Amino acid sequence: MTEAGPTPPAVETRGLERIYRIKPRPVTALAGVDVRVEPGEFFGLLGPNGAGKTTLIKILTTLLLPTSGSARVFGFDVVSETKQIRRIMNMVAGGEQSGYGILTTREQLWMFSQFYGLGTREGWRRVDELVELVGLTEQREQRVSTLSTGQRQKLNVARGLLNDPWILFLDEPTLGLDVGAARAVRELMTAWRAAVPGRTILLTTHYMAEADELCERIAIVDRGRILAIGTPAELKRRVQRESIFRLEVDRLAAGARALAPLPGVVSAVPASEADTGREAAGRGTVAITLVLRDDAALGGVVGALGELGARIVALRKSEPTLEDVFVELVGRGFEDEAEGDGARPPMPGAEPAAPGPSHTTHPHEPGEPSDEPLAT
Amino acid sequence: MNALVHRQTAGPREAARWNRGRILANNLRSVAGRAYPRIAGLAREPSWVFFEILLPFLTTSSFVFVYRALAAPPEYVGFVVLGGAMSAFWINVIWMMAAQLYWERDQGNLELYFAAPMDLMSVLFGMAIGGLVMSSTRGAVVLVIATLLYGVTFSVAQWALLLAVFVLTLAALYGLGMVLASLFLMWGREAWHLTQLLQEPVYFVSGLNFPVGRLGFLGAMAIATLPLAVGLDAMRQLAFAGSAVTLGTPTPEVEALILVAMTIVFLVAARFALRTLERLARREGRLVTRWR
Ligand SMILES: Nc1ncnc2c1ncn2[C@@H]1O[C@H](COP(=O)(O)OP(=O)(O)OP(=O)(O)O)[C@@H](O)[C@H]1O
Ligand SMILES: [Mg+2]
Repeated sequence: MTEAGPTPPAVETRGLERIYRIKPRPVTALAGVDVRVEPGEFFGLLGPNGAGKTTLIKILTTLLLPTSGSARVFGFDVVSETKQIRRIMNMVAGGEQSGYGILTTREQLWMFSQFYGLGTREGWRRVDELVELVGLTEQREQRVSTLSTGQRQKLNVARGLLNDPWILFLDEPTLGLDVGAARAVRELMTAWRAAVPGRTILLTTHYMAEADELCERIAIVDRGRILAIGTPAELKRRVQRESIFRLEVDRLAAGARALAPLPGVVSAVPASEADTGREAAGRGTVAITLVLRDDAALGGVVGALGELGARIVALRKSEPTLEDVFVELVGRGFEDEAEGDGARPPMPGAEPAAPGPSHTTHPHEPGEPSDEPLAT
Repeated sequence: MNALVHRQTAGPREAARWNRGRILANNLRSVAGRAYPRIAGLAREPSWVFFEILLPFLTTSSFVFVYRALAAPPEYVGFVVLGGAMSAFWINVIWMMAAQLYWERDQGNLELYFAAPMDLMSVLFGMAIGGLVMSSTRGAVVLVIATLLYGVTFSVAQWALLLAVFVLTLAALYGLGMVLASLFLMWGREAWHLTQLLQEPVYFVSGLNFPVGRLGFLGAMAIATLPLAVGLDAMRQLAFAGSAVTLGTPTPEVEALILVAMTIVFLVAARFALRTLERLARREGRLVTRWR
């Protein structure tokens, strides 16, 4: 094969599907994903638990086969050209436990450097550079088993950079890190990518703010499908036409969903922890993210609150966040999965009203018990 | 170059193109890389090594005393000592090599190993070499101490063949261990328990503590299938040349050929098992993932 022409996309998937054949029912983790990531992009996959993010990363890192559809990494096919992909990528997952506790930080990194194709002495030099870069100099001779969670994650990041990958897959890399450590990891990732044109990062996260800060483009994923792709600004513009309010009331027995049926209300969900939810909880109040068709609908909501016996503690109009985009797209908040949502219900466990196959069930799987008649 | 950019490559397509030399070097270094923690661990946990040596030594000693009490031919003591030394490798294969991939998965390493550019066979080789270094120390200590303590006299006529048989025995043994490693991961704990259950019977038919020729047909079967049995028998014939009690089994030359065949078969099978494992893991989405 000749290498003429421009570099192929860093990631390109077409109709990518992945079904896990497990008991009691097969799970559709990816239900037809089409995504294209350009070389050099910092690309984010944003979605709630179980959306299929890790599954997509596993397919791209050659650890999992697609059930149907295709996926390529820099033009290499994930099914048949695994070796090529493995030479130019690396991956780091949040909470990753790897290596051997008996080794020191340096030794463990050196071991991995040998797996990634570095020379014997070159490996030690590279390890020393990276140990310093990620800030583990003090722990360099410490046993891996004694590292703290944050130090451990720095070690994992250093491992991910050992082979100068062209594409780095980061699966919730800041999971469980404190604010300072998470920021350090984010800054490092940004600097690392910028150091060489063409270096690509594909990041998954639950943290909206993280995706917003780091990613040039974001795909919002839910139930194995991509709901929207765009720059953070583009995505937010989608909800700009609606008015978003942060509402805080002293109490509301029926919860946020009591407001959803009111005229002019697009959605009403509890504010996320990251937003104002945590402070509200501290004050013993209820924080709600309210999306209205237009500002005029606010009067009705205020009136209804009075009837419900709730007093408004604070009310402010806000710029849309990625979370609002998510709520708009999915019809439920990011963190109230189990609760469902008054506005547009897919109730958990039930077949969704929305078109397309279900996320968790696949009722007509041959050989699998199904309580639905096969004729439908 | 700095810490952010170590090896600048022209582009991803070029970086993915490795020539044969690079692939070979990567795999050889991976062997060393994986052997490293084993050997480092050996030096770091010396108390553990102590038990590893003491226990097999006691087993060997008890057989020595039994044979002496029964006034068995003096070669028997030598046989037992040799068997005791070689059992170090067998224990290592069954207890460590066979459970290795299983254990690596629980450590969270297996996915990373699959996603790295080297061949997983190299990682298995690395584990084998690490295990070999460990067991060799153990085997050597048992051999030396028991030989001095119980006054074993060796009479070796063909040193080169003895050495070759020793090396071939290890190759076949660890080849078998590499096959078992994949099988255990695919079949889970049940397979492991089964091997534990089979440990004593295997010791018995391998003739760890007596010449396998005494077992007749069962011994012949063992020689045809178990690397420990055939290797040990050949080494006994070579280390106690001219002793009458080793009669009834093939010559050491033939047994060396059996070992060569076993090594080839096991290595091919190990490679095949690994391929199957990888295919299954990618299809099923489990096996190599921690906690699943
Ligand atoms: N190995 C597996 N076997 C069976 N089902 C699986 C497996 N891995 C994932 N799933 C299922 O596939 C779906 C998608 O899971 P996945 O791990 O890709 O989600 P995710 O977006 O990474 O979620 P999270 O944010 O919680 O990490 C889930 O319903 C999950 O239960
Ligand atoms: Mg995940």
